[in-house]
Amino acid sequence: MAMTPNSASSSAAASGSADSSASRRNSKRPKYSKFTQQELPACKPILTPGWVILTFLVISVIFIPLGVVSLFASQDVVEIVDRYDNDCIPAPARANKVAYIQGDGDKSCIRNLTVPKLMKHPIYVYYQLENFYQNHRRYVKSRSDAQLRSVRDENQISACKPEDDANGQPIVPCGLIAWSLFNDTYTLTKDSQNLTGQNLTVNKNGIAWESDREHKFGKNVFPKNFQKGNLTGGGNLDVNKPLSEQEDLIVWMRTAALPTFRKLYGKIESDLQKGDVIHVNLKNNYNTYSFDGKKKLVLSTTSWLGGKNDFLGIAYLTVGGICFFLALAFTIMYLVKPRRLGDPTYLSWNRIPGGR
Amino acid sequence: MAGGERRRRRKLQLSKLFTLTSAKACFKPAHSQIGRSGFSRVVYCNQPDSPEADIEVNNRKVGVHRGNGNFDLKEWKTLRVGDILKVEKNDFFPADLVLLSSSYEDAVCYVETMNLDGETNLKLKQGLEATMSLREDIDFRDFEAFIKCEDPNANLYSFVGTIELQGGKYPLSPQQLLLRGSKLRNTDYIYGVVIFTGPDTKVVQNSTAPPSKRSMIERKMDKIIYLMFLMVVSLAFLGSVFFGISTREDLQNGIMKRWYLKPDDSSIFFDPKRAPIAAIYHFLSALMLNSYFIPISLYVSIEIVKVLQSIFINQDIHMYYEEADKPAHARTSNLNEELGQVGTILSDKTGTLTCNSMEFIKCSIAGTAYGRVVTEVEMALSRRKGSPSVNQSNGSVTEFAVAAEPAVKGFNIKDERIINGNWVKETHADVIQKFFRLLAVCHTVIPEVHEDTGKITYEAESPDEAAFVVAARELGFEFFVRTQTTISVRELDPATGRQVERLYKVLNVLEFNSSRKRMSVIVRDEDGKLLLLCKGADSVMFERLSRNGRKYEEETRDHVNEYADAGLRTLILAYRELDEKEYGLFTERISEAKNSVSADREALIDEVTEKIEKDLVLLGATAVEDKLQDGVPDCIDKLAQAGIKIWVLTGDKMETAINIGFACSLLRRDMKQIIINLETPEIQELEKSGEKDVIAEVVTRLVKLGSGQTTLAIGDGANDVGMLQEADIGVGISGVEGMQAVMSSDIAIAQFRYLERLLLVHGHWCYRRISKMICYFFYKNITFGFTLFLYEAYTSFSTTPAYNDWYLSLYSVLFSSLPVICLGIFDQDVSARFCLKFPVLYQEGVQNLLFSWRRILSWMFHGFCSAIIIFFLCKTSLESQAFNHEGKTAGRDILGGTMYTCVVWVVSLQMILTISYFTVIQHLVVWGSVALWYLFLMVYGSLPIRVSTDAYMVFLEVLAPAPSYWITTLLVVLSTMMPYFIFSAIQMQFFPMSHGIIRLLKYEDQCNDPGELEMVRQTSVRPVLVGFTARIEAIKRSVLRSH
Repeated sequence: MAMTPNSASSSAAASGSADSSASRRNSKRPKYSKFTQQELPACKPILTPGWVILTFLVISVIFIPLGVVSLFASQDVVEIVDRYDNDCIPAPARANKVAYIQGDGDKSCIRNLTVPKLMKHPIYVYYQLENFYQNHRRYVKSRSDAQLRSVRDENQISACKPEDDANGQPIVPCGLIAWSLFNDTYTLTKDSQNLTGQNLTVNKNGIAWESDREHKFGKNVFPKNFQKGNLTGGGNLDVNKPLSEQEDLIVWMRTAALPTFRKLYGKIESDLQKGDVIHVNLKNNYNTYSFDGKKKLVLSTTSWLGGKNDFLGIAYLTVGGICFFLALAFTIMYLVKPRRLGDPTYLSWNRIPGGR
Repeated sequence: MAGGERRRRRKLQLSKLFTLTSAKACFKPAHSQIGRSGFSRVVYCNQPDSPEADIEVNNRKVGVHRGNGNFDLKEWKTLRVGDILKVEKNDFFPADLVLLSSSYEDAVCYVETMNLDGETNLKLKQGLEATMSLREDIDFRDFEAFIKCEDPNANLYSFVGTIELQGGKYPLSPQQLLLRGSKLRNTDYIYGVVIFTGPDTKVVQNSTAPPSKRSMIERKMDKIIYLMFLMVVSLAFLGSVFFGISTREDLQNGIMKRWYLKPDDSSIFFDPKRAPIAAIYHFLSALMLNSYFIPISLYVSIEIVKVLQSIFINQDIHMYYEEADKPAHARTSNLNEELGQVGTILSDKTGTLTCNSMEFIKCSIAGTAYGRVVTEVEMALSRRKGSPSVNQSNGSVTEFAVAAEPAVKGFNIKDERIINGNWVKETHADVIQKFFRLLAVCHTVIPEVHEDTGKITYEAESPDEAAFVVAARELGFEFFVRTQTTISVRELDPATGRQVERLYKVLNVLEFNSSRKRMSVIVRDEDGKLLLLCKGADSVMFERLSRNGRKYEEETRDHVNEYADAGLRTLILAYRELDEKEYGLFTERISEAKNSVSADREALIDEVTEKIEKDLVLLGATAVEDKLQDGVPDCIDKLAQAGIKIWVLTGDKMETAINIGFACSLLRRDMKQIIINLETPEIQELEKSGEKDVIAEVVTRLVKLGSGQTTLAIGDGANDVGMLQEADIGVGISGVEGMQAVMSSDIAIAQFRYLERLLLVHGHWCYRRISKMICYFFYKNITFGFTLFLYEAYTSFSTTPAYNDWYLSLYSVLFSSLPVICLGIFDQDVSARFCLKFPVLYQEGVQNLLFSWRRILSWMFHGFCSAIIIFFLCKTSLESQAFNHEGKTAGRDILGGTMYTCVVWVVSLQMILTISYFTVIQHLVVWGSVALWYLFLMVYGSLPIRVSTDAYMVFLEVLAPAPSYWITTLLVVLSTMMPYFIFSAIQMQFFPMSHGIIRLLKYEDQCNDPGELEMVRQTSVRPVLVGFTARIEAIKRSVLRSH
């Protein structure tokens, strides 16, 4: 029993003794490993001004060119948007559009579009609906994937209510989505400088995702009892074409994310010259009037990035610009008011409120 | 063993029913006739058909009297009150017994009570004379007795009762009570009667259920959960209102608005005709959808993290005590982070700060002071008085320490005047003789002669008693045999200079207790002289001296004050010769008092002894040093620098307490000492009851409530149990005083000095980790959950989820769980070395800077911001235009997939910004989580459509080939990170927190410059009030002032 030496030497002695007799057998001494002693080799990055400035610079260097490229891509896209839901109702019927659209009369309508710039093929034809909640839970759930895929499962219609059967026979394809299929049709003719009345074929092949065509919609599943209920919803289907070839339906069934959406109608496989006038002969069948939804016809080319949307480019430029500005600000701050980073005077007890 | 004890207790609680029946059985006519409190139990000894029946669920066996003098082994659980047991050496007593007789003629036995009070010394118990003769099994054939005693109660140190046998009536005292849980030692066997079994036994009555402790952070976390729940409910409610309105409008006056939803033929969930009910149903499903706000996996993750943190504590090699082979042991993982928030430490003194090993180093005999050894406190004092330079005092200290190596444990007098029998040449040799004789005779120590070597070791109730006997032996008065009535001592005869054996007949032992503060024995020596030998505290002794016994009073008082100054424990020794007449009167009175069977018996006995312990003749004073544990002053200094307040709870004299305070740097000369004396009757009663644990418990509760801070109690003995259980954290020292404290503690360490590492390193880390982890958890769930809500708002609040069902459920499980668990387990702001170097860091926990409401709400706000940025950027980027060059537009699957990708990236990058410690593991789990998401998308998308539904081929066919997916992800992710990054850059630059500065310091390598380091240290410790750093500072200040 040694008299306790003073504190400084005691801790040294204690640790010394701890090291010395490590070889004792059956001891409960914890095994030394870097893991258990929490001494794993580690990198401990700190946000020094250097790193901050560098990070901002790197981001701005990446973002600004990306922004420029995206913006150019978006600018390259030529887009013609034509809202027709209001104009395609004859003036006298406009007081009660719903009655008109539900009526039996001829709903043809001619729209004339002028091509503002050269449009290289392929030119995509879209219909755009607004205020249409294809993402409504009731709507989204109202389908039967099994039934679409295979004939054997055509009785799996439990999810499709209330569009599940017609007079006890299962509807194929069942559910609200299919039932409310968009059924406006567009026929396009072109007036160019030397020729008028040229037919513009709208190719409907390949407008749906390949996996949908190949796997989700069966090649030997044919529409059955479709639109045979007491109330007709949207478009009808060709009973002789398998579902996998009904690309309008396939596109429609891939529900949109937001209440404003575009869906591919078809492709025009020829170029349109600047000044060409396109006559669209459309059948205004689809009722968006009861819920004040807009309908638009869109003709658009694409870039490598997709359709026309300046937002991405502008956002990139903005963020890149802010980063560049911040890098500059931090640099100036660092140059004007250089303060040693780990200034120990900051570590004063007094800075922490409440400490004695 | 201890585990078994606990298990048994738990089972016993199940058997409360039996207690009830037994209690009913107590209400017999015999009970009401007694009438007095404390006499409600009647035991019919040796009558197997007695109505009392307790079942003790245990299958250990013990010898039980079956009848006709035969003893059989029976299981403990079959024991009944009134059974006569034979307990063998080294067995535990299965129930509370009244001792009848033992293998010794005088019916004594030795009992080890380590399980009860943690004391390792043996206790002497003795049966009554009336039953002493029952020494053979056969003697019990016709034995019959009748015991009346008190009700089962929790008081271990009192017992009142009488035994009636063969017409005689004899009083029973604690001296005859053998408590369950204690162990028979040094005695071959005993016979005893069962009086309390099972739940009635004192030890079980005494056990309180350990309180369940939760850390402050966890309690606060519950509140956050409530807050989150409130938020979920209000968001769901808001959604329901909008949903209700839009649903009702779908069908008005038979006109359908959104005809494609078929509102005329709707289910209850969407029925416009019953819109309010639909809204209520919507509310329920919105609760489900919004439940992603509430991190259910948080509790599980925290448990995992805490278990691993405990393992780190257990495995810490720096908290392993080589000599006792004891590592630290976190007995509960609940309180890891609480260790980082301790504001007040309540420490037991004995065994915790001090070793509880006493050294007899000085004495004052007949007014002359003997002993030249310099105590630690004196060294501290001289260090304080001398130059503040540490190096210089270091040198002198080592010198002292070498000089102070004692040859015999407990004895360290270096004074040639009295050692080696030289005392006979001193002028007051006769007084010195009486002094040492008193030390050799007046005690309750039991000698144990080692069989092989003939060496004598002593079992004493307290280590200072042992030190006295050892000192007496070393100076020539060797106490070697104790029987029930005699004490034998080998004495040095000053006349002949030879050892002679003397026998002292012990007539009475007037025991020590905390109110008397003294003990005496009355002995008859070989010459037939009656002597009363007495030792006690100076406060009670000086007033009991006779007029002509005060010859050396003045010098002795001076010496005693000097000793107390040096941090020593002092006792005054005095004696007196009794005449036969006086003694006769005394025996009569004392036996009368002892036979009185009432609650105030103790008081009566005290009164009688008071009358004989007077007119004493002063011999001198002893001084014993209570040694400090290793590294205590250093540790206290560090803890003080960390801003932790330290309280030492001790039942010592005020002077001793102050001395210890000086010795551990808790007190300093230039401090104003405020001494508060409480003389209220309640406190005095508490004091009188001598139950320090109760007082400590009360104090702990007061401190806890009064300061509102986290309190940590540290102690090593059974008497600290209450304190340990009451405090927010109980730290038990697994030292020599048994396991009781450890069993009721939350964390056990082997030495007080490990507290420094436990708090400053593990506590700090755990606090940081857990608080960061919880904040981050809420952040990541809000980021995820709020994108869902925002999307829902764009589906006319119809609770359509933005993501596939599997994405939803796997978010918390796969893509964001591991990094946050790693954060909780591994993160370190600064290394252990720097935690110890800059104790100021600890204040982050004490002031709860990392888990304040402001910080929690900021994190939540951050989550909301991230969600908003992610959602709106994704939505606008992928709006309605073509998504790829093939003209396909973005559906739900694409928007959902892109948003989800952004969320996974954002929370992972946020983790990168949050973590300050990157090992391979961190990189693996963080980047792994992101990679796992892409991998999952691929694998899940390739599964048959039946399984993958709308995620079929989403990644491989749709997302991956489209540049807009990648470009959008990059924009959204970096833009979302931007606000936080700017915030932390500015904070680090202009308003750094302590850990930030220290990390910067380390980064800039300034810490290798000792001058710089010292400066940093000083700025961090300036206003500290205690600890020796503060002491040195104070000296410097006073030096400056004097110049």
